[in-house]
Amino acid sequence: MSGTETGYNYAYLDEQTKRMLRRVILKAVAIPGYQVPFGNREMPMPHGWGTGGIQVTASIIGPDDVLKVIDQGADDTTNAVSIRSFFAKTAGVATTTRTEEATIVQTRHRIPEKPLKEGQILVYQVPIPEPLRWLEPRETETRKMHALSEYGIMHVRLYEDIATHGRIATSYDYPVQVNERYIMRPSPIPKFDNPKMDMNPALQLFGAGREKRIYAVPPYTKVKSLDFDDHPFEVQRWDESCALCGATDSFLDEIVTSDRGDRMFVCSDSDYCGDRQAARRKEAAE
Amino acid sequence: MYVSVKGGERAIAAAHKLLAEERRGDPEVPELTLPQIEQQLSLAVTRVMSEGALYDPELAALAIKQARGDLVEAIFLLRAYRTTLPRFATSLPIDTGRMDVRRRVSATFKDIPGGQVLGPTFDYTHRLLDFDLAEPKPVAAPDAEESEPQAAQPMPSVAAILGQEGLLEPEEPGDESAPLTDLTREPLSFPAGREARLQALARGDEGFLLSLGYSTQRGYGRNHPFAGEIRMGDVTVEIQPEELPFPIGIGEIEVTECQMVNSFKGSKTKPPQFTRGYGLTFGHGERKAMSMALVDRALRCRELGEEPSSPAQDEEFVLYHCDSLEASGFVQHLKLPHYVDFQSELVMVREMRERAAAARKAEAAE
Repeated sequence: MSGTETGYNYAYLDEQTKRMLRRVILKAVAIPGYQVPFGNREMPMPHGWGTGGIQVTASIIGPDDVLKVIDQGADDTTNAVSIRSFFAKTAGVATTTRTEEATIVQTRHRIPEKPLKEGQILVYQVPIPEPLRWLEPRETETRKMHALSEYGIMHVRLYEDIATHGRIATSYDYPVQVNERYIMRPSPIPKFDNPKMDMNPALQLFGAGREKRIYAVPPYTKVKSLDFDDHPFEVQRWDESCALCGATDSFLDEIVTSDRGDRMFVCSDSDYCGDRQAARRKEAAE
Repeated sequence: MYVSVKGGERAIAAAHKLLAEERRGDPEVPELTLPQIEQQLSLAVTRVMSEGALYDPELAALAIKQARGDLVEAIFLLRAYRTTLPRFATSLPIDTGRMDVRRRVSATFKDIPGGQVLGPTFDYTHRLLDFDLAEPKPVAAPDAEESEPQAAQPMPSVAAILGQEGLLEPEEPGDESAPLTDLTREPLSFPAGREARLQALARGDEGFLLSLGYSTQRGYGRNHPFAGEIRMGDVTVEIQPEELPFPIGIGEIEVTECQMVNSFKGSKTKPPQFTRGYGLTFGHGERKAMSMALVDRALRCRELGEEPSSPAQDEEFVLYHCDSLEASGFVQHLKLPHYVDFQSELVMVREMRERAAAARKAEAAE
């Protein structure tokens, strides 16, 4: 299949590479939460810009797909715009900002507020895939710890947080246990989004390009945020509601509006917020 | 009103336009041509080819022009192009013993068969700015006396000379039928074989390897190096097509090779002898080749029964962090928005401060 951008294959990667990636993804789906090493390719964007997620998307995308790309929950952040136009150009694929219309949603740092459905794929861009990395810098060691389910140090760390701060002092990239087996990093999503991963009907794929790892959470898989019986997992809450749509149930970004420190709070998910604003306008008109 | 991230598409297009203007600079000044870069900035070209892992001086020159002389960015451009290229064949190992040598020095022997050849080196220049270069000058006619062609002499490698006495560890070829690791196709795994290590170092950032190599000389993983031989020149690249009984040359490339010879007191299984570190780059890249050889030797510590104690001897540390694409990308990704993570931290820090303030108040009240 030839691409729309002259000189490159469909969706940029050559077919051999895509086949390799698909095999890796299948393995990842078969072992939920396990980090599968893969032969990362240089992409025309820098590492840290989402090369892992882009490679995953490039290997699964087809002409019938509809792609949505978000960064910080929004479709119009510069990097989301850049990645969306990359696939529009190299794969000639339809794009959307509407979560419910997308077959593939590539994301950095958020899970959309609208619930995902069966058949949808959520592709996460992952900077550091290893949940034990800050506790043990050596890959040779952490692989062993995963193999043996030796997760004591993680629980000790969480306990130390409680002992020092009275709570678990992690607000994003909050570790989870997948299918009662592997401890997994959900990528730097706020812990607010963690509950959405659990028993999600969509397939969740995670790509870390620089670190050369792909992992997955298949549909309807148990994903548990680590906690203790007497310190149960909690998500962030705001006293404010969204200044634009009035939502009280979404993740709010804080916008500084003046040099006197005035602030407003708005939904980080621009699609969710836009829909609610449209509904409000419609209501007001009726 | 809330406008901070809207209009991303227009902003990107405008930024690209500005970038193109900055790249061109003052339009009164003639535009650089690729042959000018290739010929007159040839060491930049060879560095980009080496770390870009693609031997193509013209494309490297284009990358340097496009990157406005930012070599790490140019290396990135070349790598991103390279990864899309099909592979026709795997070449046979190049034979640097049959190199058409233009420079060859040994720091271990005063004279060596084939002689020492200084070649085009900065080594004995005085680093005084040459103000004559400030203005273009007509090219002088070649000096008849100096351009006398040298009789081709065989130049056996210095390592081979030492090897005859068994003083230098032999370089045993591995199992040649075993598949070689290809870092551009497979992820690094540990312990990495020497071929994977040398591939990573060859593509690794010159500055990083230079500093690591330097650290071994200052005692962080000291390995008593001598520059056994540094040679630079052209070698033929050959492939062995399945349908032919003999290899065919497909072209020549310029390479720099460094054989570092290191003292070694011996271990339980090996007698005292000299050991080796190896460095190879495309083009003329002595600083990189020597640094690479020092780091290669440092990373052989386990194999030689030495206790690893320093950063240069730490395989995961060196190989995971030597790639400029990975390092530059991840450091610079901090420029990308992190509003959501930062907001999460804000919420948490505020709550923790409130809790701490409440606790202090309660204490004061008691």
